[in-house]
Amino acid sequence: MFRFIARRFLETIPVLFVIATVTFFMVRLAPGGPFTTEKSIPPEIQKKLEAFYGLNKPLFQQYLDYMGNLLKGDLGPSFKYATWTVNELIWSAFPVSLELGCYGLAIALVLGLGAGILASLRQNSAVDHVSMSLAMLGICVPTFVMGPLLILVFGLTLGWVNASGWESARDRILPSLTLGFFYAAYIARLTRGGMLEVLNQDFIRTARAKGASGKRIIFRHALKGGLLPVVAFLGPAIAGIITGSFVVETIFQVPGLGRFFVTAAFNRDYTMVLGTVLFYAVLIISLNLVVDIVQVWLNPKLRFE
Amino acid sequence: MRRNRQKARGWWLLLVFALSLIGCGRRETRVEAGDREQILYKGNGGEPQELDPYVVTGVSEYHILMSLFEGLVSEDPHDLHPVPGVAERWDVSPDGKVYTFHLRNNAKWSNGDSVTARDFLESYKRMLAPTLASEYSYMHFVVKNAQAYNEGKITDFDQVGYKALDDSTLQVTLENSTPYFLSLLLHHSWFPVHLPTIRKYGDPYQRGSKWTRAGRFVGNGPFVLAKWRVNDVIVVKKSPTYWDRDRVRLNEIHFLPIESGETEERAFRAGQLHVTESLPLTKVDFYRKYYPQLLRIEPYLGTYFYRINVTKPPLNDKRIRRALALTIDRESLCADVLRGGQLPAFCLTPPGTMGYTSHTQLHEDIAEAKRLLAEAGYPDGKGLPSIELLYNTLEAHRIIAESIQQMWKKNLGIDVHLVNEEWKVYLDSQRTLNFQICRASWIGDYNDPNTFLDMFVTGGGNNETGWSNPEYDRLIAEAARTIDPPKRLEVFQKAEAILLDELPILPIYFYTHVAAQRPEVKGWYPTILDNHPYKYLYLEPSAN
Repeated sequence: MFRFIARRFLETIPVLFVIATVTFFMVRLAPGGPFTTEKSIPPEIQKKLEAFYGLNKPLFQQYLDYMGNLLKGDLGPSFKYATWTVNELIWSAFPVSLELGCYGLAIALVLGLGAGILASLRQNSAVDHVSMSLAMLGICVPTFVMGPLLILVFGLTLGWVNASGWESARDRILPSLTLGFFYAAYIARLTRGGMLEVLNQDFIRTARAKGASGKRIIFRHALKGGLLPVVAFLGPAIAGIITGSFVVETIFQVPGLGRFFVTAAFNRDYTMVLGTVLFYAVLIISLNLVVDIVQVWLNPKLRFE
Repeated sequence: MRRNRQKARGWWLLLVFALSLIGCGRRETRVEAGDREQILYKGNGGEPQELDPYVVTGVSEYHILMSLFEGLVSEDPHDLHPVPGVAERWDVSPDGKVYTFHLRNNAKWSNGDSVTARDFLESYKRMLAPTLASEYSYMHFVVKNAQAYNEGKITDFDQVGYKALDDSTLQVTLENSTPYFLSLLLHHSWFPVHLPTIRKYGDPYQRGSKWTRAGRFVGNGPFVLAKWRVNDVIVVKKSPTYWDRDRVRLNEIHFLPIESGETEERAFRAGQLHVTESLPLTKVDFYRKYYPQLLRIEPYLGTYFYRINVTKPPLNDKRIRRALALTIDRESLCADVLRGGQLPAFCLTPPGTMGYTSHTQLHEDIAEAKRLLAEAGYPDGKGLPSIELLYNTLEAHRIIAESIQQMWKKNLGIDVHLVNEEWKVYLDSQRTLNFQICRASWIGDYNDPNTFLDMFVTGGGNNETGWSNPEYDRLIAEAARTIDPPKRLEVFQKAEAILLDELPILPIYFYTHVAAQRPEVKGWYPTILDNHPYKYLYLEPSAN
């Protein structure tokens, strides 16, 4: 196991290197730059600004400088938000996205697993049809429809919660639900499919024949195998959910990382684009590693491969 | 029987739960609490790039900075004309070139230090420092030798036209008499900054000094910075050291950087904002119908226009440009498409800009346009290749472009092909003249026709049409030298007449500022730059 983890860890280094390199040159290819504004900047000022941020050096030299700083963990200053460094911005926004993501994930898991298991146990019953239709609806209704709808009902009509913002505990409810519903729908469908496959297998029939209780069969025997597809899905999903959703953060005015991820590209905030991309990459890689470990634990067959 | 009782209990519990939730609904909204405590909640567009007045460039940044700083003069709340600020009075030499400002002796920084003439001198030295690369340094170029110093041609700051005669007297010598000099002083590039504080957190003559964080910040305005959470909120509190603190009635202002117009409008409806930064086009009719008392439509010093690349055929032909200009139905565009009280633009400078309204006005004349097009060799548009119209990707620009595309097709038989590009790509295309016709807008930097008309001098940084006219250049230069205000406006009249004859641009409409605002906000008057000096504002809960 240790060798497996160590090998996977070493593999991430070239992956990150490639991501950093490709992103670095890709953002530079886009027309316009961080100092392209509607009111044009006098050329001398533009030159000095570029010199201050080192943009006047040959591109390859800039690349070497950036990679050197990256090794020290320094993601550089933000071009757009002049007083902040990319490190500061990520560390101020990430905890917010993480918090929102955890609530969303909890909702998604409770609703999704619950509905999925119920549906698989009562296949083709009313429970199955209703929960799977809801899940379908959850997948089809995008967050930018779901969010404003929830606000309309609970914020504007009933007045129970604020329409946006991130101050009180109450402000957490609607964004978490919006985010959670979306993922719950996927999880429900995956759980149902995985469970159905396992429940039809011989070892479950054997367990039944031996007189194991229904609860024991579900939780002890079926769930471990039935959750495999969900676990595989959760790796990248968790990375996505905790680095923040641009749409949910914009609708609810949540000061998270998701908005930086998108606006940095619009602003041609080179360092911010690179910083958020790398941060996201590290998260995805680590979570995928965790998923692989969990899968090995859930599925003994994999241990011999 | 027992089962029924259990069921009944279940229903009771549900009822109690529902009632408790409805009870929550009666809670006080944020603006109601704000009304009691004199806390203004203001939507402020995007997250500010910085709070250093010499680094920022945007309007939303200015709206925060005007609470934190005060320049030599400050703005009158009714029409923004310059009134005494840190300077309690000033004298102007007869030739209009030397201004002597007498500073009030009770003006204080938020750390208790006095604001002195030396502070201004040091601030402006920082503003003009070539190493700081301030994008608005050109605002100071009316001052003697300021440009040379900024461009590194002279290195001795004593040669620049600023002089502290003593602690409370600042003398400014200009290159030429500049009639709008006092209006320029309202701009954030003229606010003083507290050098000792900046020095504490970095090199004051370089970017990146981290002095603008809450807790470090020192300003001289009616409010001080109390909290700054990125993408969340900026809170300023009433300053206990401000000289005119007795007039300040608000205790706090919360600036909320809500970028999405829809999100902002929902926050307003939920009672979280007193005033929004904008209002989505689609909501204007709704407010007009159901909440007219909350809808605020004010004239704004800005023009929406199309740039024409005059270097490429066929649009290098003045007659074709004129035909295009004569066949835009601006009235119907404003009344039926935009519907936010915008005014049709038949010239570039918004009417009434510092008492100036262009005598030359375009008009709509389809017959004349057809004649011109035929004269240029394209009767009824025959033989004219399809023209490309570029705009940055945004719903509102698309609707306008489509309407105008229709008008040109119907009236002239010209085919127009619409192209949209992402913001920075579009800016790049515009800068490199990689377009035929391109959507553009200009918001005045100060209240004077010069801010619109000097845009189109030969090689001007914001010309971006390839257009050049020596007579026009001469007139703009002459206006800068003319002291007598009526004569100066006459010169602008001649310049604008040339612009409207040559038509490197097609004016379309004059902006209005459209927003939602609660009735309890008092002391807020419609102003052409959408600035509302905060020291005159207050909240009157009974007006709600």
